[in-house]
Amino acid sequence: MSSQSEVRFTDFKSDKQPTWCPGCGDFGTMNGMMKALANTGNDPDNTFLVAGIGCSGKIGTYMHSYAIHGVHGRALPVATGVKMARPDIEVMAAGGDGDGYSIGAGHFVHATRRNVDMTYVVMDNRIYGLTKGQASPTSRSDFETSTTPEGSQQPPVNPLALALASGATFIAQSFASDAIRHAEIIEEAIEHDGFGFVNVFSPCVTFNDVDTYDYFRDSLVDLKEEDHDRHDYEAAKGVILDADKEYQGVMYQNENSIPYHERHGVTENMAEIPDGAPENAMDLVREFY
Amino acid sequence: MTEDLNWAIGGEAGDGIDSTGKIFAQALSRAGRHVFTSKDFASRIRGGYTAYKIRTSTDRVQSVVDRLDILVALTQRTIDENLDELHEGSAVIYDGERSWDAEIPDEITAVDVPLKSLAEEAGGAIMLNVVALGAACEITGFDVAYLDEALEKRFGGKGSKIVDNNKDAARKGRDYVRENYDLDLGYALETTDEDYVLLNGDEAIGMGALAAGCRFYAGYPITPATNVMEYLIGRIEQYGGHVVQAEDELSAINMALGAARGGARSMTATSGPGIDLMAETFGLVATSETPLVIVDVMRSGPSTGMPTKQEQGDLNMTLYGGHGEIPRFVVAPTTIDECFWKTVEAFNYAEKYQTPVYVVADLALAVTEQTFSPETFDMDAVEIDRGNLLEDDQVSEWLDDQGHFRAHAATEDGISPRAIPGMTDGAHMSTGLEHDELGRRTEDTEVRVEQVDKRNRKVETAKAEEEWDYREFGDEDADNLVVSWGSNEGALREAVALLEDEDVPVRVISVPYLFPRPDLNEEFEAADDVIVVECNATGQFADVLEHDTLQRVKRINKYTGVRFKADELAEEITAKLNEEVPAQ
Ligand SMILES: Cc1ncc(C[n+]2csc(CCOP(=O)(O)OP(=O)(O)O)c2C)c(N)n1
Ligand code: SF4
Repeated sequence: MSSQSEVRFTDFKSDKQPTWCPGCGDFGTMNGMMKALANTGNDPDNTFLVAGIGCSGKIGTYMHSYAIHGVHGRALPVATGVKMARPDIEVMAAGGDGDGYSIGAGHFVHATRRNVDMTYVVMDNRIYGLTKGQASPTSRSDFETSTTPEGSQQPPVNPLALALASGATFIAQSFASDAIRHAEIIEEAIEHDGFGFVNVFSPCVTFNDVDTYDYFRDSLVDLKEEDHDRHDYEAAKGVILDADKEYQGVMYQNENSIPYHERHGVTENMAEIPDGAPENAMDLVREFY
Repeated sequence: MTEDLNWAIGGEAGDGIDSTGKIFAQALSRAGRHVFTSKDFASRIRGGYTAYKIRTSTDRVQSVVDRLDILVALTQRTIDENLDELHEGSAVIYDGERSWDAEIPDEITAVDVPLKSLAEEAGGAIMLNVVALGAACEITGFDVAYLDEALEKRFGGKGSKIVDNNKDAARKGRDYVRENYDLDLGYALETTDEDYVLLNGDEAIGMGALAAGCRFYAGYPITPATNVMEYLIGRIEQYGGHVVQAEDELSAINMALGAARGGARSMTATSGPGIDLMAETFGLVATSETPLVIVDVMRSGPSTGMPTKQEQGDLNMTLYGGHGEIPRFVVAPTTIDECFWKTVEAFNYAEKYQTPVYVVADLALAVTEQTFSPETFDMDAVEIDRGNLLEDDQVSEWLDDQGHFRAHAATEDGISPRAIPGMTDGAHMSTGLEHDELGRRTEDTEVRVEQVDKRNRKVETAKAEEEWDYREFGDEDADNLVVSWGSNEGALREAVALLEDEDVPVRVISVPYLFPRPDLNEEFEAADDVIVVECNATGQFADVLEHDTLQRVKRINKYTGVRFKADELAEEITAKLNEEVPAQ
């Protein structure tokens, strides 16, 4: 499919029927990602999707693009490698809250500070779905699960604050069922020059009866309707650290974001190499004189 | 007696031992002498003792021996550590003005040079090591002028004044010995017109990667593999590539995997602990059929073990590591120049067979420097084979009737077509889950078997198509066979010569391919005795060969953390030959 032809978001759909539970938030999250990719002029042949492990990670199977479904927690390093090798390719990573903020938390911090020009979508259902309902790092402290019968008694991770502390240049949050806003926010993340991070509320209808569609619908505050200046770090800190509200929108965008490839001059398509050793390769040997 | 000179400088870590040793090694190499260096990090006493040793000759040298002719001792400890290697013709250069009272045995020539004072006269106490080099030149009849180029190389970046001061310091050391001693220990280092290059195994691996078109490297620092990364940084950019210092090895291998899926020739290097961390993703690399080169520079394990010590203990890990059954290739250079060539090969195998390829080196190869003629690394001879990487217009040949790209097509030779991002209609998913030809998850029993067989078939194809040979030396008709892998080859070559002198002929086979590996059945059958030499306690390679050949072997194992020496090996081989074969 050439990038000239009109790309529709359904081009990003594979012919595999999702095995997600009916009503799972991941349907909406995925639709928004596909729309955003199409709206930003991408097509499946120039897009690379790196998926995590979990219900959320299955997204790699249901979308159509170049993709890798890796090991648990490591989507970000894989995506980083793809983007460095292929600056010409649109790279997106997606996974769950367990994948991203638990087993992969270290990578999240470092991918954030590296500021590679890619998009990271976390399908945050505040539970482990695929392994059938254990506590996740974003689960509320009193939320009872099979592994935390009396609640974890630990404060949940605030992924937005973690991102901010790691030097993020784009921090946003969206809600899978608010289709238009969700797609819009992902689109902004794609267009951001650097690491575009979006935490998506993507309810698990099977294992989480607290963080439900109704809960988010009732409590969500859209920053678009507030007087929020996303370029104001202090204002961003305010909404990100506000424990009393759930926000939707772009909390923070650094206007001076310099993506990794610009800082390090990583701009070449690394897939192209000569048939033999590079010209002047004997200079490498002569260095050891 | 000057045919072969052994020189060393020793002191505390932080005394600049390595860089001083390297300056002398480079000077010798520039003077057309062969050099073989080794590093000592305290074998008998714990602490900061460190030494840089050079063996030099006009003939090729490729191992260490238990003899020291000239020792620059910055501490008493240096003398104590090396006492048993000093002999009547040895000289010890030390600074009598400094606080310690050097205890040097009477029969050894003590050369007391006020290293620090002379260095201060030349512009700074920091140059005292260079004063010692000048003194060493005088004792060995080696022109200090040869040091100049090496000093320029080392200090050139710091300005000409520093270089000049250092040159002056060297001459002050020479003059002091000339004026105060009338020494004749019989050393007169001959020079030749040969041009040599001096490099270590890590550098050779890095250079091999660049020659092979590696464009992406991700790694996490670990001794003794870090040098590979340090070599590539600053050089790979010349070719449009990039090095990332990842947050850990998990990240490093995953980044390298990502870059490889992007179509780049990609590599990571680490040592045992890092290989452990990479094991999970290693399985993904194989299952997703991603071409990737993973370098394991072995050190003493398990756990953090002895990070600065030699061992060949990761063979089983690289052959069998990872859960499930994983097709892979394991190549293991046995010499420093092979570190270059085997890395080049590794990239070709990785892409031709779309598999992970381990390059297994060891600490002794990695940190040892050796001289080579530059043509050893003839870049025109480097071939690049990208295997079944499709051209844009070939993608359509590999679509199923629904238009899906068959990335894991179960071909006869097990090798599938490869499309990389940007290729029209090539979009496909790769996964660590068992998958069908399209890369889509499956638990279908037939497809599972088909894909497992397909991946294993690549190994069969490679076994048939490539040459998994070995290097042989010694007496090819000898009844006794010695088999080795990794860095032991150099010491074995000299051991064979020593054994020949004693009328104990042996045939030696040094194996650089661990999987697939050469079939040694015939060679084993032709031999009366087979001895397998390796730096580990349990004889991992011996086990593998016994399994291959259904024949018991004798074993020489060293796991002190120190590499084999030629004379020691000669002795052990003789002893083993006189030993009964172990009972079945
Ligand atoms: C190394 C490893 N440990 C554990 C697992 C098992 N596992 C699979 S998914 C998952 C958690 C997924 O939770 P989350 O990321 O929140 O995704 P969700 O299923 O909720 O979308 C776990 C623990 C695994 N696959 N790999
Ligand atoms: S278990 Fe939860 S997260 Fe998984 S598919 Fe079902 S609803 Fe979605």
